[in-house]
Amino acid sequence: MNLLINMFPIALMFSAPIIIAALGGLFSERSGIVNVALEGIMMVGGFAAATITVILEPVLPGWAPWIGMLVGILAGLVFSLLHALASVNFKADQVVSGTALNILAGGVTVYLAQIIFHQQRTKSFTTGLAKISIPGFKDIPILGPTLFDHVYPTFYVALLLVLLTWFLVYKTPFGLRLRACGEHPQAAASMGINVYRMRYMGVMASGMLAGLAGGVMVLTQDIQYTLTSIHGTGFIALGSLIFGKWSPWGVLGAGLFFGFSQALSYYAKDIPFMAGLPQEFFYLFPYVLTIIALILFSGKAVGPKAAGEIYDPGKR
Amino acid sequence: MKSNKRLQLIVPLIAVLLGFVLGSIVIIVTGKSPGAMFLALGRTMTGIDFSGRADLNMRYVGEFILQALPITLTGLAVAFAFRTGLFNIGAEGQLMVGSLAAVAVALLVKAPPFIHPILGILAAMAAGALWASIPGLLKARFNVHEVVVSIMMNYTALYFVNWCLLQFGSVDRVKTPEFPPSATLKSHFLASITNGSRLNWGIIPVILAVIVFWFVVEKTTFGYRLRAVGFNKDAARYAGMKVEQNIVFSMMISGAFAGLAGAVITLGTFNFGRVLPSFEGYGMDGIAVALVGGNHALGVFLSGLLFGMLKAAQPLMQSQGIPLEITSIIQASIVLFVAMKLGIEAVLDFFTAYKRKGPAMAAKMGGKK
Amino acid sequence: MSYIIEMLNIVKTFPGIRANDDVTLQVEEGSIHALLGENGAGKSTLMSILFGLYQPDSGIIKVRGKEVNITNPNVANELGIGMVHQHFKLVHNFTVAENIVLGLEPRKGPLIDIASAEKRVAEISKRYGLEVDPKAKIEDITVGMQQRVEILKMLYRNADILIFDEPTAVLTPQEINELMEIMRRLTAEGKTVLLITHKLKEIKAVADVCTVLRRGRLVGTVPVKDATEEKLAEMMVGRAVSFSVNKKPALPGEVLLEIQDLKVKNSKGVLGVKGVSLKVRRGEILGLCGIDGNGQTELVYALTGLAPVEGGKILLDGKDITHLPVKDRLEAGLGHIPEDRHRHGLVLDFRLDENMVVHNFQKRPFSKFGILDYGSIRSNAERLIKEFDVRSGEGPSTPSRSLSGGNQQKAIVAREIDRSPEVLIVAQPTRGLDVGAIEYIHQRIVEERDKGKAILLVSLELDEILDLSDRIAVIFNGEIVAEVDAAKTNENELGLYMAGSVKKAV
Repeated sequence: MNLLINMFPIALMFSAPIIIAALGGLFSERSGIVNVALEGIMMVGGFAAATITVILEPVLPGWAPWIGMLVGILAGLVFSLLHALASVNFKADQVVSGTALNILAGGVTVYLAQIIFHQQRTKSFTTGLAKISIPGFKDIPILGPTLFDHVYPTFYVALLLVLLTWFLVYKTPFGLRLRACGEHPQAAASMGINVYRMRYMGVMASGMLAGLAGGVMVLTQDIQYTLTSIHGTGFIALGSLIFGKWSPWGVLGAGLFFGFSQALSYYAKDIPFMAGLPQEFFYLFPYVLTIIALILFSGKAVGPKAAGEIYDPGKR
Repeated sequence: MKSNKRLQLIVPLIAVLLGFVLGSIVIIVTGKSPGAMFLALGRTMTGIDFSGRADLNMRYVGEFILQALPITLTGLAVAFAFRTGLFNIGAEGQLMVGSLAAVAVALLVKAPPFIHPILGILAAMAAGALWASIPGLLKARFNVHEVVVSIMMNYTALYFVNWCLLQFGSVDRVKTPEFPPSATLKSHFLASITNGSRLNWGIIPVILAVIVFWFVVEKTTFGYRLRAVGFNKDAARYAGMKVEQNIVFSMMISGAFAGLAGAVITLGTFNFGRVLPSFEGYGMDGIAVALVGGNHALGVFLSGLLFGMLKAAQPLMQSQGIPLEITSIIQASIVLFVAMKLGIEAVLDFFTAYKRKGPAMAAKMGGKK
Repeated sequence: MSYIIEMLNIVKTFPGIRANDDVTLQVEEGSIHALLGENGAGKSTLMSILFGLYQPDSGIIKVRGKEVNITNPNVANELGIGMVHQHFKLVHNFTVAENIVLGLEPRKGPLIDIASAEKRVAEISKRYGLEVDPKAKIEDITVGMQQRVEILKMLYRNADILIFDEPTAVLTPQEINELMEIMRRLTAEGKTVLLITHKLKEIKAVADVCTVLRRGRLVGTVPVKDATEEKLAEMMVGRAVSFSVNKKPALPGEVLLEIQDLKVKNSKGVLGVKGVSLKVRRGEILGLCGIDGNGQTELVYALTGLAPVEGGKILLDGKDITHLPVKDRLEAGLGHIPEDRHRHGLVLDFRLDENMVVHNFQKRPFSKFGILDYGSIRSNAERLIKEFDVRSGEGPSTPSRSLSGGNQQKAIVAREIDRSPEVLIVAQPTRGLDVGAIEYIHQRIVEERDKGKAILLVSLELDEILDLSDRIAVIFNGEIVAEVDAAKTNENELGLYMAGSVKKAV
């Protein structure tokens, strides 16, 4: 039991970027654009956040990581515009475009690291995001230490974003129109909705969220940005989106699930039958789990009907 | 309707051009000289230093061809899958398990030279095919998103292969014991004519693979079947073809090409197995090669040379102060531009209409939004 | 005469096609104005321009006497123009109310006020007699109801001018009558109705004026009560049209295809074919008619092996083929001209000659030891092109995508008939084709019958069924509700069976 309580903060730490990036994927796919470049956008966001933090730390100690994350959001937004341009205006195959951006992200981030830091990674920052303990809450038995004591605030940011996403996508006119663009863009167009603009907004939202996720990940799980900082988390986020059936609450659940599976590797030595397994097993565990989750859930999984199709206004 | 064939040639060429233009802009904006990049590329391709400062050195050419070998194979892997309607983004993982199989044969099996590497190659192709059959099966049976599964398989392969390699006994946790000379593809002859590069007999399986690809896809009933399934699953089903089976077959063949790449690297470029800290990127390179090559045998061959040249030029560029990652930037841009081909075609239509009928007409034709 | 809509000298070209070539249309307020033409005549394009989906290359549009520039559907809406599309533009998993208010949602602060949306929808639907359940999801309601949702979308936006694009393709005869009632009620309330159609009977039944288009050009505008169906057809096609096919009486032989109590599931997972039994004899055409969505598609898929069978048997010349894979059925003597030529009939990215051998590419002479013989493949295609008059730009090496719809269909017919199957299943063979191609294909089907083949013709066009069939079966709700002699029945009787109103003892 104690083990579970101790695992929680770590699991939440791992879950947060997955959930946030998956929410980004949700906005994009709901508007009709498949975005496999979540990984690349996270890299760009993570790089930007790390760079700004390193640069600002000496001058603005407590604030640096938060400003860094803000810049990460911005960087993700700008990077995602490329995907929007290619997919919406130039009618590119969205999966290929996303893949190209993933390659580009690796190139651009390390290239800039070389220019700025003269090495193939950023310099390390001394403290990333600080953990917090919420007074009062942390003393609640059982729940207190798991959720409110020495945890990164990022999970709560993720939770807030889940709530916001749910509200925006299911309760507002914007959300109705967004979903219409992803299910039947010709219908939306015939009602006067500008499908191109909506899809841009969907992709830009995914850019901001994935950029944030990247920043969160680097600032809580690492001490600098390297080419392997994100190691597939963007794709795990995509898996969460599918696993969570494109709904914000599903994404929350799936993200938590994957976060826990990653946390397992840290605590394996404390679990009797897992102690003897080689460390490679724990590295590959989250990825194998994603595959299994996809098998179990893909058959019935129905995403937005028109997601991935190139929008043809003349289609009848 | 424009001639399809002409377009197939023009778009990749434009994309390559734009990619290099973009790369040059990036270099200029970050305060370096694109000239250095082009010099490095020239030197890599021909061995000649066009700035005249150094002598001809064929080692560059040897290394250039060496770098082109594995990505031509992963290019064939990805192209084959694309032709049959699938996106094989898992070539990286298939390559790694192929390497593993080659290592196993090299270290565990005793055989005479010539036979030994062939066995290694066959084992690698089988391993790659097996690894690729999993996303194929999952897609065919459960309609699982092949991109996410394949990426997961890549990471799984990375860690799994690393663990397996360590079991062969490693002194430094990076290299396995060296292979017996009978097992490798190394060639004194080729190394000597290229001033000591690592060029090896791996050239032969690569050329054979390109020919086999072309023949199977264009000339055989099997290729016809795969292309039909790739273009239109429903029509293939209507005509009596077994669609699910063909999806799995084509992923397996694609995986075999990728596995072969693993063998060529492990038995040719090196003579020991390597525990890798992360991906080396051959799979992504293969995607670029396949797309720019239009998924055709000759195209893949040529674009394999192009991207091989980019990769091989990296050390030279780095030494001239240009971060080697510029090649990834150029590569990604080219892929992006190729992906935008429908849009580029629309722009081309716009320009030809402009020339023929004047701006107003062109605007009207483009106004069909 | 005050026209509410005037479209003067409209020209619209797409790459390679002059869709509207100097067309003029003038519509009186409060009338039901029909726009008649064959497929590709330009009627949908013209109306899309009016609705703001396209911009004309030249020409003037006037609404209520004032010149306007309709740049997008929003502008059209503001002018009071609304369109009920042929292929409904409804989001399948939204509710009726959500679909209707999409883009013009009532709000409560930042939220959608779904309650008042549903109330308003209920109000309008009552006023115009268009009963719907605002809370129902589109994917759960009938096609006729979905069409009402399309109409309500326009009325919610206070449209005065309602454009109906081929509205009756998916309706039962009774629903068609209801729709015509709705149109009359709308004009009684002062609305103007534009009806795009190629169904002459409907024009005669409900329209006041008819404008005829042919190949992008205006042929003429006539008051409907002064024009006969024959005259309208002639204007539409450009020559005198014979309404029936010349055929000898049938000489049916033994039963070649027997369907016994067949049960097949549909895409929703429930039974779409609920126990169908039919027999088709040698030298006979059995026509199966019914409204789209009553099980005929599933039946055809089950017969041809594209869908699994839940119960019952299929016997081909005595042999049980119920669970055989597609390939084996084709070998056993079954042929299939599919309903959807782009989905099943052709691999559009193949060349024409490659498509011609899609059933037998692995046999000689087209291949030997697994290697294709392109010489034979080409000459086979040349032969079929000549025999069946398939017009193609570059002969056998034409990309199939660039053939016209009619020629694509001819190519498929050529391929299937050339195989000379004993039992030929023909589904929707002339959908979307011009009259010339239709005549030709009908002829070839009758020829096959006269050669002694058994033919099952499945079609949504009653005329086609009546013209070609020797016997007719009607399918409704997954069951055969009638089986009659073609010579002894007529459209009205069949219409009643198709709507499930009457069930004949089979």
